[in-house]
Amino acid sequence: MSIVLDRLRERFPADVVSTHSDFGDDTALVRRERIVEILAFLRDDPALLFDFAMDLTGVDYLGEEPRFEVVYHLYSLEKKRRVRIKVRLHEEDPVIDTAVAVWPGINWYEREAWDMYGIVFRGHPNLKRILMYEAFEGHPLRKDYPKAKRQPTIGPEE
Amino acid sequence: MAEPVDITANGGTPDLQAEPMLINIGPSHPATHATLRFQAKLDGETILDLVPEFGYLHRGFEKESEAATWTQVVPYTDRLNYVSPLMNNVGYAMAVEKLCGIEITDRCKYVRVIISELSRIIDHMVCIGTNMVDLGALTNFWYFWKPREEVYFLIEELCGQRLTTSYTRIGGAMADLPAGWTDRVLAVCRGVIPECIADVNALLTKNRIFIERTMGVGPITAKDAIALGFTGPCLRAAGVPLDLRKDEPYLVYDRFDFDIPIGEAGDTCDRYLVRMEEMRQSLRIIEQAIAQLPGGPIDIDDPRFILPSKELVYGNIEALMNHFKFIMEGVKVPAGEVYSATEAANGELGFYIVSRGGGGPYKIKVRPPCFPLFQGIPHLVKGQMIADLIATLGSVNIIAGELDR
Repeated sequence: MSIVLDRLRERFPADVVSTHSDFGDDTALVRRERIVEILAFLRDDPALLFDFAMDLTGVDYLGEEPRFEVVYHLYSLEKKRRVRIKVRLHEEDPVIDTAVAVWPGINWYEREAWDMYGIVFRGHPNLKRILMYEAFEGHPLRKDYPKAKRQPTIGPEE
Repeated sequence: MAEPVDITANGGTPDLQAEPMLINIGPSHPATHATLRFQAKLDGETILDLVPEFGYLHRGFEKESEAATWTQVVPYTDRLNYVSPLMNNVGYAMAVEKLCGIEITDRCKYVRVIISELSRIIDHMVCIGTNMVDLGALTNFWYFWKPREEVYFLIEELCGQRLTTSYTRIGGAMADLPAGWTDRVLAVCRGVIPECIADVNALLTKNRIFIERTMGVGPITAKDAIALGFTGPCLRAAGVPLDLRKDEPYLVYDRFDFDIPIGEAGDTCDRYLVRMEEMRQSLRIIEQAIAQLPGGPIDIDDPRFILPSKELVYGNIEALMNHFKFIMEGVKVPAGEVYSATEAANGELGFYIVSRGGGGPYKIKVRPPCFPLFQGIPHLVKGQMIADLIATLGSVNIIAGELDR
């Protein structure tokens, strides 16, 4: 078993829902309540040292419960390891704490996940749309947003 | 001659505007080289605050991909970083192959290394060339355009297109190398590129105007660069030797002898120097790769992933059906999720792919190297001059195609 996942389960036995290492990618599904604590632990633990937040995205598993997933990809410069942390969120309450305090670079990724999937990052300093414009309605990467749907492009308000 | 006027003589303050000024740069501005926009808050010429904005080139790559088959996504990847499209093709194909558990042929690995390094060279040439245009050093731009054009001739010969290459396939490539192609690559890599690098080097590296214009402009510390998620030449210029070609050797990068240049100050000058040296190292890799290039097929021998040959399609019903299903339904990729990263010209190009076993992706997320770099621009230029924003932006090499997707 992977060292990273072992450390994580040891430290947060109640929060790690499941783990797998399919295709060689260490993956942990965790509960959302202590996500910031978990991420900070991954960054600071001397055996792990995940200093890079390489990527964050949402996934919409429409029809499943819980519907949304937030996926973090971390990288450790010193240990040369990667880990994927996933959190499932319910459709009626797609809220998770922001990790901006852990990695400032994750700021825009969270904005993109909000823009594309409507996932709310609680405590985010500037949770605005990033790729779409402010007047855009809906979240385009949700599976129930039709691909061919057109919306008028509205410029910034005068 | 008039007496100088003492503006504070009556106990008043100088009647000068002291409010910070807001100015708008872009989205259509020659120095942004892409549809980017900044709102800059200035005190005189000093940048107090900077708000970057983008999305003008957003075309729904990820949404479109969810409605395409695995192979149909390849052309979309050309448009990510359109300055080095072959590298995106390679990155995407590697991600899907990781999910399928495909081990591609040795020849294909070498070919992918060669095209990646050629792309890295032309990408760095565009970056340095256009950066120098913004700084008024137009000659360098032309000096780099000539070898870039030569490389484009090679790419055109390889896959029929200069920019929209779509060269890789899952488990191989569109076609094997044309006859004599590697000799022509070597001729360009030996006869054209080193000379142009030497010319630009002679014009810039010890040029006092250039040094004063770039040294200390847009600096970042290693710690901040890591926290902001910088990768690629911008991170290495700050002194962090992270390069996936060494740290997570993919393809056959572990079989070559090459160095990873790093800088110290993380400023515009260091980013330039790192890119210059990376081009020389890429030439070394190409030389070695061509010397070691093995024979044999470029595609794997597996009808589940590789189209049957035209003779078979026209000659027997099984191959015809196989071809039809392949085109209409797509390759069958097992269910699962992978993240696969390659070292693209600007940094880590990652693909996070979710498959549910269908003929197309359920979800594709690209991790474009420009995204965190663009986020870090305000950090680089705060407190500096507005003209330094232009110098810094050019050296960071923001490509709107992959930034906006």
